[in-house]
Amino acid sequence: MNKARFWLWAASLAVYAFLYIPLAVVVIFSFNDSMLNAEWAGFTTRWYAKLMHDEDMLRAAANSLLIALMSASIATLLGAMAGLAIHRYRPRWLPFLVLTPVAMPEILLGVSLLLFFRQVLDLSLGLLSILVAHVTFSIGFVAVIVRARLAGMDESIFEAARDLGATPWATFRRVTLPLILPALLAGFLMAFTLSIDDFVITFFVAGVGVNTLPLQIYSMIKVAVTPEVNAVSTLLMALTLTLILTASRFAPDVLKGRA
Amino acid sequence: MALLEIRNVTRRFGALEAVKDVSLAIEAGEFFTLLGPSGCGKTTILRMIAGFDAPDEGEILLDGVSLAGVPPERRPLHTVFQSYALFPHMTVAGNIAFPLEMAKESAPAIRRRVAETLALVHLEDKAASFPHQLSGGQKQRVALARGLVNKPRLLLLDEPLGALDAKLRVEMQIELIALQREVGITFVFVTHSQQEALALSHRIAVMKDGRVEQLDEPDRLYTQPANRFVADFIGKINLLEVEVTASSKVLLGLHAPGLGEIAATDPRPIAVGERGVFALRPELIRVHGHKESADLKNRFEGRVRELLYLGDVTLYKVELANGVPVEALMPNAAPGRAKFHEVGDAVWICWRHDAGVFLRD
Repeated sequence: MNKARFWLWAASLAVYAFLYIPLAVVVIFSFNDSMLNAEWAGFTTRWYAKLMHDEDMLRAAANSLLIALMSASIATLLGAMAGLAIHRYRPRWLPFLVLTPVAMPEILLGVSLLLFFRQVLDLSLGLLSILVAHVTFSIGFVAVIVRARLAGMDESIFEAARDLGATPWATFRRVTLPLILPALLAGFLMAFTLSIDDFVITFFVAGVGVNTLPLQIYSMIKVAVTPEVNAVSTLLMALTLTLILTASRFAPDVLKGRA
Repeated sequence: MALLEIRNVTRRFGALEAVKDVSLAIEAGEFFTLLGPSGCGKTTILRMIAGFDAPDEGEILLDGVSLAGVPPERRPLHTVFQSYALFPHMTVAGNIAFPLEMAKESAPAIRRRVAETLALVHLEDKAASFPHQLSGGQKQRVALARGLVNKPRLLLLDEPLGALDAKLRVEMQIELIALQREVGITFVFVTHSQQEALALSHRIAVMKDGRVEQLDEPDRLYTQPANRFVADFIGKINLLEVEVTASSKVLLGLHAPGLGEIAATDPRPIAVGERGVFALRPELIRVHGHKESADLKNRFEGRVRELLYLGDVTLYKVELANGVPVEALMPNAAPGRAKFHEVGDAVWICWRHDAGVFLRD
C-alpha cells in the first residue's frame, strides 16, 4: 500500500470512528450492570426491564409512535400530491414552497411554528400542534422521493394507459399508483423516522404536559445520563436504523444521492 | 367515405406553425405513412389523431364524426409508441389484457383474446415475463399485440422500429406487413426513414415544415416526385439545373448550362423557357468506357472522381464537363459488363430519354 492510500484509509477510519464510537458506547453501556457510565460491571438487561415500568417513558413513547404514524401518513398523502403536481405541471414556485422547510434551520422552523400556532391560530400547544409541525417538515421529503421516482419513468406509459381506454382515475389507480408505491413506502418510512427522533421543533411546539420520546430523554439527562437513558436511546437507534434501511430498499436512488 | 379524415388542420405552438392546413383522407384497411424529417409535423398529426393534442383550426373525423373533445380513452384507436411504453409492473399478458379490462370485457373473454393475440405475435411462451426481461424486438411485438388486442378501428405507430438494430428492423418490417394484412386494421405509420415508408406503405404522405408535399403510392413517389424536396428526400437522385428549350406533346427538350441538350418526356403541358431541375435516379444511368457503346440518346462525357464498390452494385461519382457531379449505380452482375472503371478514367454516361423527370422550380 502506498503512502497516499494509507493516509486516505487512516482518515476514513478516524471519521467513522468519530461518528460511530459514541453510538457504540451508548449501546454497550445500556447493558452495563452499574449505575455509572464509567466501568464495565457485567452484562444485564435490567435497564430495559426498568424502562418497561417507567410510566412517563411509556407515555412519551406512545405519544411519539402516535405522532410519527399520523404525521407520516398525512405527509405521505400531501407529499405525494405535491410530488405528482411538481412532476406533471412543472409549476415554477411549488418546488420552492414544498422544499424550503427541508432546508430551513430547525430552530427557525420551531420558532416560527410556535409563533404561528400561538399568535395567529391561538391553538393550545399539545399533540395536535406537534402533529402539524411534523407534517410540515416531512412533506418536502416525500415530495422529493416521489418526484425522483416519476422523473425516472417513461412519460409515454401514462399516455399509453389513456390511449388504451383508461380514464384519468383508472390510469392513476392501475399505472401511476403501483409505480410510485415504492416511493410512497420510502417516503412514509422517512417521514416516520424524521418525526420519531425530532427534538428541536417538537421542543418549541410541545407546550407543557405533553412529552415525546426525545423530549423525555432530554429531561432525564438534565439530571444524569443514566443507564436507562442508554437503553431507551439504543431502542430508538435500532428502530430508526431499521426504518432507514427499509426505506432505502424501496427507493435505492434516495440513499445514493440521486434523488 | 374515408375512415379517417383530416380537414384543414392547423396546429401552432407559440409562434411556430407545426402543422399548416393539412387535409388527408385515410381509407379503411390502408397502410398509410406520414414520412418526413424531424420537425415536419408528422408526430403532431399523430398525437392529434390519438387525442393527446387538439388542432387549433380544422377538424379530424372518424367515420364522418368529429373527434373534437373526445378524450383519448374514448377514441376507438390505439397508439404504438416509439419507446413501446409497456407497463413495467405488469407481465406481458397483463399488458395485453389492459385494454380489454378497461373495456370491461369478461374474464374468460380476456383470457381467450390475450392467448389469441400472443399467438398472433409469436410470444406464447412469454406471457408471464415482465417487459424488462424481453429483447427490443419482443417488446415491440408486445406493444403491437397490446394495440391490436381489442380490434381498434385504427392503429397509430410512432416510429415503432426506430429503436431496433438494422437487421431486426427489416425482419419487423416484414412482420408488420404480414400482421396488417392478417388483422385488416388500418395502420397510420409515422417515420423519418424513406426506406421504411417505401417498403411498408400503400400510400405515403411526404411532409415538410408542417405541409404535405406529396401524397402518393410508393412507386409513384419514387419515379414521379412532385418537387425537388420529395425527389431529394426519397432515395438517391441527381438534380441538374435546366431550362426548357422545346416542348411538344410528350417530348421535352432541356438545356443544361455547360453540358448541352437533354431529351426527356413529360405528359404535362410545359412552356418553353421554364426553369427547373432534371431529376434522374442513379440506377437509370449507365457508365461506359467508350463513346460507341454508350448508345442511348442522352450521352455525356465525364471523369470518374470516386467509386464505391458495394458488392451487388458499384456507385460511381462522375464529374461532367460543366463540373457537375453525377452519381450512377451499376449492377455488378449486369450482362456484358466489361470492367470496373477506375478513379480518373474518362467515361461516357448515358440514359434513356424516358428516364428522369423535369421538376419546375
